[in-house]
Amino acid sequence: MGGRWVVRLGSLAVGLLLWQVLTATGARIWLRFDQLPTVVEVAERFARQVRVPEFYQDLASSLGRIGLGFLLAASAGTALGVAVARSRLLADLVGPLLEVVRPIPAIALVPIAILLFPTDEQGIVFITFVAAFFPVLVSTRHAVRALPTIWEDAVRTMGGSRWQVLVKVVLPGTLPGVFGGLSVGVGVSWICVISAEMISGRFGVGYRTWQAYTVVDYPGVVVGMVTIGLLGWLTSSAVELLGRRVTRWLPREARA
Amino acid sequence: MSVRIEGLTAGYGRQPVLRGLDLDVASGEVVVVAGPSGCGKSTLLRAVAGLLPITAGRVLVDGAEVRGTSRERALVFQDDGLLPWRTALRNVELPLALGGVGRAERRERAHAWLGRVGLAEFGHYLPRELSGGMRQRVQLARTLAQSPGLVLMDEPFGALDAQTRAAMQELVVEVLRETGTTTIFVTHDVDEAVRLGDRVVVLGAGEVAVRRDAILAVLGS
Repeated sequence: MGGRWVVRLGSLAVGLLLWQVLTATGARIWLRFDQLPTVVEVAERFARQVRVPEFYQDLASSLGRIGLGFLLAASAGTALGVAVARSRLLADLVGPLLEVVRPIPAIALVPIAILLFPTDEQGIVFITFVAAFFPVLVSTRHAVRALPTIWEDAVRTMGGSRWQVLVKVVLPGTLPGVFGGLSVGVGVSWICVISAEMISGRFGVGYRTWQAYTVVDYPGVVVGMVTIGLLGWLTSSAVELLGRRVTRWLPREARA
Repeated sequence: MSVRIEGLTAGYGRQPVLRGLDLDVASGEVVVVAGPSGCGKSTLLRAVAGLLPITAGRVLVDGAEVRGTSRERALVFQDDGLLPWRTALRNVELPLALGGVGRAERRERAHAWLGRVGLAEFGHYLPRELSGGMRQRVQLARTLAQSPGLVLMDEPFGALDAQTRAAMQELVVEVLRETGTTTIFVTHDVDEAVRLGDRVVVLGAGEVAVRRDAILAVLGS
């Protein structure tokens, strides 16, 4: 266990060192590192940034958008995924519509979101929602269809109603699949919330990062990128951790 | 609980597996249905359980026609059918919970049934932490906790080793007789059929019915 941590931290340290050497020496080996800020510059900038209240306002904005959009997507995606997989009528009714909308990248909906929603804020949450919604929906639908029929048969021959089958078998049984979708969804949500903020935001990490770029503040850009990376890692770890807690019953080799 | 099966035709898709089967099972009787794989043994159980649509004929349980599933007709599966995210105890509690029995009472009753199958100490284990034989015992406890009038057993010991199998057969015979539960037991093992049944019905050979005493006489000679 300890050994693995040494390897992980070591790999991170080597990456940082390489970056520092390439940028500090202004290396131009086809790729041009002379324009990029060094690790030390970025670290100094980061240290300054965390003392500015604006930084936290940006964090709160982005996290709030992710939180709301992702929660809406998780509930709607799971509910609709189960419904479509369990009801042929619903599958026929909404299936074609979903299949046509699904390939559209959420970020391509920005113009629509701007036209559709009264405020930019709502538009960004909408984009985040759409981004996470489809991975959750598709994983849930697949998980419900892949559910062994024996569990449902068992509960039905115990006198379980349709509703009881749903609550006692379908929902718990599909959780591993649902969490697969949630893990993908939270990652895509970050990509989309940052992109949407860059296009139409007033606050947020994505907006701040783009602002830094437009005023030629390259250390600021990297600080923004690192912040996005850390936030993304934090939220996907949270989803992962929760997923492991609720799927402890899986055999060890099948767990994430 | 008595069962009358009249001209039962059932199966999957267009091709029926069972054609015009007639069978009567008296209340409290243990009937073993034997026959080669694919002869429709499982189809018969699933039709009686109400899991399978009946193409023609009918199944009467205590005079009432079977339409859909009921807690009175429990099905015991070869692959235990336990919910893997529930502990052994909570699996046994499940039929009681579905029937609206309160938490404290169902816990107590489930615990008692687990004790009856010799697993009192294993209530907090997940199914994957138990051996095949133990999982089948949990399933048996779950079925008994449901206290159905009719138990349909679909080769429940098919995957067990000989020793565990013998112990399970003994336990089942004992409990089913004790509770006077009507039972239809499916197996392809002749030895098991003779050991467990009041009567043995052979499917796939033109639905020949054999009485237990007749078979014992043949085996004894």
